[in-house]
Amino acid sequence: MTHTAIVAEQLHKHYKEKRALDGFDLTVPQGMVYGLLGPNGAGKTTAVRILATLVRLDAGRALVAGYDVVEQPRQVRRSIGFTGQFAALDEVLTGRQNLRMFGRLFHLTPKQAARRADELLERFDLVEAAGKGVREYSGGMRRRLDLASSMILSPQILFLDEPTTGLDPRGRNEVWESVRSLVAGGTTVLLTTQYLDEADQLAERIAVIDHGRVIADDTPDALKTLIGGDRIEVVMKDAADVPVAVKVVARVATAEPEVDDTSRRVHAPVADRVAALTDVARTLQDDGIGVEDIGLRRPTLDEVFLRLTGHRVEEQPDEAGGAGEISSPDTSRGATR
Amino acid sequence: MSTSTMPSRPAPAELVDDGPGQRLYWAFADGWTIVRRGLTHYVRQPTNILWQLGFPIVSVLLFGYVFGSAMSVPGGGDYREFLMPGLFGMTMAMGFMNTAYAVVLDTTKGVTDRFRSMPMAPSAVVTGRGGGDLVGAVVDLFVLAMTALVVGWRSQAGILGTLAAFALFLFLRFALTWVGVWLGMLVPNEEAAGSLFAVAFPFAMISSVFVAPALMPSWLGTIALWNPVSSTVTAARELFGNPAALGDTWIEQNALLMSLVWPVIITAIFLPLAIRRFQRLSR
Repeated sequence: MTHTAIVAEQLHKHYKEKRALDGFDLTVPQGMVYGLLGPNGAGKTTAVRILATLVRLDAGRALVAGYDVVEQPRQVRRSIGFTGQFAALDEVLTGRQNLRMFGRLFHLTPKQAARRADELLERFDLVEAAGKGVREYSGGMRRRLDLASSMILSPQILFLDEPTTGLDPRGRNEVWESVRSLVAGGTTVLLTTQYLDEADQLAERIAVIDHGRVIADDTPDALKTLIGGDRIEVVMKDAADVPVAVKVVARVATAEPEVDDTSRRVHAPVADRVAALTDVARTLQDDGIGVEDIGLRRPTLDEVFLRLTGHRVEEQPDEAGGAGEISSPDTSRGATR
Repeated sequence: MSTSTMPSRPAPAELVDDGPGQRLYWAFADGWTIVRRGLTHYVRQPTNILWQLGFPIVSVLLFGYVFGSAMSVPGGGDYREFLMPGLFGMTMAMGFMNTAYAVVLDTTKGVTDRFRSMPMAPSAVVTGRGGGDLVGAVVDLFVLAMTALVVGWRSQAGILGTLAAFALFLFLRFALTWVGVWLGMLVPNEEAAGSLFAVAFPFAMISSVFVAPALMPSWLGTIALWNPVSSTVTAARELFGNPAALGDTWIEQNALLMSLVWPVIITAIFLPLAIRRFQRLSR
């Protein structure tokens, strides 16, 4: 059977005065990694929770794996894996015991559940830790076990809600690797993130969300081109040298350099990253001008937003706000209000 | 978007386990899986039982030996004989704290959400909790009864009467599970769950657990008499053949009846509240 993996049409969800989703549209083809990018409170989590049948929608229609999330939640649940913002594991049980328990709850026989647990431990590189209590796991290991738990039935569609928030760079890389291997196996992934580089690393297509609505929807390359790609950034030792730096940077930049006087910082988007960096560094050095720091940096979510919406990322502390929602990924989560 | 972009739904050929019989089967099977999870916790952390029982065991020593000589049982009888069923009751009464704590942990860690995103029977999340806690309560009672035997407590009843008394304790504990589930979903985090002690403590103590309500100021005594814990403890004392300090109020004279009625009332109130709270998670 062929069908679009996810179709959401005009989803609305209100919490008291706050509109968590306000006409949210999304179409995700099969076998694709789709990134939902947006700041805290933009509605990403609410959208994913609605699609994963955890939260009821107020209005609109959503089909996941061809099933209506409101009318056929049990069929949807058989087709999806869900990994929320926290590693949803039993801390006391071992990794293997967790996978076997979830396997039984996915209605595998004890034998199937045991075999599947061993397969997944192998696949997510957790064989050595399989007999240890999850309490002893590192953040990256927990996340991998969490992903493994979502993969028990080899779901067609996997929801990942901020899979690397709170992880150190090593943990992030571990999780990225796991996600890539899942995608290679044909799973459709819908991933939310606050980080442009994460969406860039993993997603083939990105929807940018603001105020509960998709405001842009394109490939990562197209989005980066839209906001001017990578930027070169030079910090001068002496404020008097800033005008010189502006001239030098302007030669390689694809747009007018921007200047931050207080930090003596000059930055501009560039097309050929390495050539631009070498050129600017050499020229400034040859002229004997004191440079404190020079480098390339990727555009931030803030810049994407500034370009798309004309406003900077507003921290909206209360994402969705309902029962079991999250105020911020760093604080512990209120069970209910 | 036009409706033509909406994909067609696949034929429900794969949905073999959707009949009512199958659903009932999975409700039990999934509940049992969750119960087993709770049992594995006991196996992996056996010392937890001792921590949980620390308070009642210390109470045995404190009240039995330190205060015991100053305590009297109206109507006569040995205070330690009077005390032990009270401590069994207190442990059951405070057990809902463990339930609440486990529920709040699952909710804050996202485990409840994972369960809800899975094709398992939703009821199993709650019934599995109840079943697992009941097994834990059996272990609690066993350890406490052994301690009680060591300090000289004896049941004067036959095997049936003794088992019936223990069954009453478990019935109360089972009913209070729903209070625990409800509170566990009501409080925001683990710290708040810890402060439920402020509720559990008076609930267990303002009763006939340690002292006959007749010895309390009359207003407090009345509250203690009508505390469900008192009915269970008094009924158990009668069944065990331990001193029960029976007054002539209706509630004391009908302790056995009320030890069956109270848990039914508690369940009737708090099971629907717990279910409603669970359903509200999807708001």
